[in-house]
Amino acid sequence: MIYDVLITGGGVVGCAVARELSRFDLNIILLEKSSDICAGQSRANTAIIHGGYDAKPGTLKAKYNVAGNAMFDDICEELEVRYRRNSSLVVSFDEADDGRLTELLERGRKNGVQKLSIIGAEEIRRREPHISPKATKALLVGTGGIVCPYGLTIAYAENAARNGVRFVRNMEVSSIEKSGGLWRVSCGEKSFSARAVINCAGIHSDEINNMVSEDKFHISPRSGEYYIVDKKYAGYFNAAIFQLPTKMGKGILVAPTVDGTLLIGPTAEDIDEKEDSRTTRAGLDKILREASMTWEEIPTRSFITTFSGIRAHSDRDDFILGEAPDAELFFNAGGVESPGLTSAPAIARYLAELTAERLKAAPNEKFIPTRRAIPVFREMSADERARAIAANPDYSKVVCRCETVTEAEIRQAIRRPVGARTMDGIKLRVRAGMGRCQAGFCTPRTIEILCEELGLDPLEATKAGRGSKLLSHYLFERGSAEDA
Amino acid sequence: MRKVQIAVVGGGPAGLAAAVSACEAGCRDILILEREDCLGGILKQCIHNGFGLHTFKEELTGPEYAQRYIDKAIEYGIESRCGTMVIDVTKDRKITCVSRSAGLEEIEADAIILAMGCRERPRGSLAIPGWRCSGIYTAGTAQRFVNMEGIMPGKKVMILGSGDIGLIMARRMTFMGAKVEACVELMPFSAGLKRNIVQCLDDYGIPLLLSHTIIDIAGRDRIEGVTVAEVDEKLKPIPGTEKYYECDTLLLSVGLIPENELSQMAGVEIAPATNGAVVDEALRTSVDGIFSCGNALHVHDLVDFVSQEAEAAGKNAWLHVKGELPEAAERIRIREGNGVMGVVPQYVTSGARGSVTLMFRPRGVYKNASVTVSAGEEKLLTRRHRILAPGEMVSMKLDAALLEGRPGLSEITVSVEV
Repeated sequence: MIYDVLITGGGVVGCAVARELSRFDLNIILLEKSSDICAGQSRANTAIIHGGYDAKPGTLKAKYNVAGNAMFDDICEELEVRYRRNSSLVVSFDEADDGRLTELLERGRKNGVQKLSIIGAEEIRRREPHISPKATKALLVGTGGIVCPYGLTIAYAENAARNGVRFVRNMEVSSIEKSGGLWRVSCGEKSFSARAVINCAGIHSDEINNMVSEDKFHISPRSGEYYIVDKKYAGYFNAAIFQLPTKMGKGILVAPTVDGTLLIGPTAEDIDEKEDSRTTRAGLDKILREASMTWEEIPTRSFITTFSGIRAHSDRDDFILGEAPDAELFFNAGGVESPGLTSAPAIARYLAELTAERLKAAPNEKFIPTRRAIPVFREMSADERARAIAANPDYSKVVCRCETVTEAEIRQAIRRPVGARTMDGIKLRVRAGMGRCQAGFCTPRTIEILCEELGLDPLEATKAGRGSKLLSHYLFERGSAEDA
Repeated sequence: MRKVQIAVVGGGPAGLAAAVSACEAGCRDILILEREDCLGGILKQCIHNGFGLHTFKEELTGPEYAQRYIDKAIEYGIESRCGTMVIDVTKDRKITCVSRSAGLEEIEADAIILAMGCRERPRGSLAIPGWRCSGIYTAGTAQRFVNMEGIMPGKKVMILGSGDIGLIMARRMTFMGAKVEACVELMPFSAGLKRNIVQCLDDYGIPLLLSHTIIDIAGRDRIEGVTVAEVDEKLKPIPGTEKYYECDTLLLSVGLIPENELSQMAGVEIAPATNGAVVDEALRTSVDGIFSCGNALHVHDLVDFVSQEAEAAGKNAWLHVKGELPEAAERIRIREGNGVMGVVPQYVTSGARGSVTLMFRPRGVYKNASVTVSAGEEKLLTRRHRILAPGEMVSMKLDAALLEGRPGLSEITVSVEV
């Protein structure tokens, strides 16, 4: 089988590219090295729709941030993704720094960002009663928002799959060669042939590019650690609250998530190894120290989890987009780091249209632009709940108590196109185990459902693929209790 | 809408005892709502013995203890609905629940007894740095796998925290062939019962590392080991004391949190010290007709005490239904004095009769200390203790008559004096 397009990487960019390309009459395959899509920085990031005030004017980051931001309303409506235009605030806590807000405002205007203004202390407090009283001035970014990053990635993937894209997980690219006018992409023993390759490999995008192009670049992984605060603090902050940016990034923020929790972070540390998603004492302490400038009394007893995400920081300090100069029909979405999530819809549209044009592809007449989300029991009215249960009795079985996730939702998460195959996969799709008890109660039942759906033995079930097995061995021979 | 006199949310030890006692007091219209597929709550997975010494004067396993109450509930014809999850409770005592059998249902109750139990604190709340790998479970989750599903989570185990479930699981995992390397406790004292330290750790040569904590978790996919360090008086790790332990499983027993999402939906006031409802001596919450008991009210050490408390809640709920529970017009606040945390109840009604059971946990370990209840300068009650520790809840009975004839008395204080 010869594919028209092969996409490497199932993060938000890869999945968005797959979906945008499925608008064309093309045979498309996406390879993901992990056990599930959305396994890298698309899963662990700040979940912000950035306004675009921060990127240097004239850069691809600036261009695609602003363009991507404008696309979110339509995309999230079409694909039923949870998002909110709750604005961002970049806050100065020292009058000496107030001038830097004006610089950001001007930079934002140069980038074409709408709805920017500077507000004073009184207006800050009116909007954000829990912010530190030391806040002096802030840049209000009216176009800023929040989005569920894995919700967006999975929605793109599901829609792409519905429109014919083939997704293969646990498939890590080992080499790429040109042979007979086609790209031959090898993954150990297996290999795939395609007319065009689109590199969306995130932190590994340099390795993929450097396999085929002399126009090399280098990704240095940069970790960012975060805390998540229990949803009992939902509504404590309305906007995403940034501090003034630094050379390493946009600084530590306190932001609501679309799920009602609060996110505090990230740090920005250059690390040696690309997959090193460990949290560290130093990093976690740093977050608390710096975030306390924004939120003076952080409720440390109400953290529900911590995590770390790795950003794909490239030595070109900008996105690397488009066809490689020396490799025909090899396209890059390299070095996509913040504001990558915001930019993803625009990057995907650009790369898809470019690729389709180069392949002279016709439109896909059967393209379905919409995707229905799994109906969320927790958000239904009483009537909707009664109807959902009547239609599917599995909606009456609450499995995850903290987030009120039902058996019906978990089964759908597994059965959908590009469905969950692991516990983390279920968690990302329907939030089971993501609440305050962090899966204490629901783990045994969720494993059972996963195994029922996939015909697995519980000993084979994993948290996130590879060696992340959940259980060790049976105490008795299976079935012996019933036989006795 | 269905109407009942008493609805009990939760069919574990607290809910069962409350329902049985309400029935014995005379109520014939009781409904137990249980989210799991059978009654018994957490006792179902507590297959070790040691339950019932106070209540039945004999040693039972958890399932046996639960069965005594289940048998009574059946004998009395108390209706229980399993596989039924309560998803909402309102101030005016309307319950919304879902089940496969009845779909979405609303029930109106004259009195509600909240007996949802508690849950375990997870890793995330401790912010232990390291990998987010598999093989990390709360002790209770592991207990369920081993005792109910017959599956071992691992073979080489470390335990963080010395809560009772962690200690019990140290022994269980050892029985089932696993090697338990150590139990690591941040504080200079254990959070569990003395008898569990002896019977579950000491008897099997499992070291209890007091004033130690886990500072790093290794293992990209499955846990491979943990780094343990000693902590100073401020509970900060001491550099140079780090030691690596290889393991394939980490069990957490770092605290239990009463489950009160439903209580909060009903507008019940929650006490920060216990994470449970604020109640008076009749176990009334701040919402009229709603009572709370068991581990949803505050975390107990022994199920026997859960049963006792729940029995009182059941009786009082029935008095409330009959309109015979004296109104809580004037209340005396019970304050936590020196060395005392999480006192329950938080209030006594002026004019209450009989004896009031006060329960709390000592803040630290105190030897040869006395616990006093005082009104201003005057000591109403003093009890000597050879030893007090946070792992063992203190329970004392205060004769309500001592509070009589003190007009204007607005608070009494419980404190530890060394």
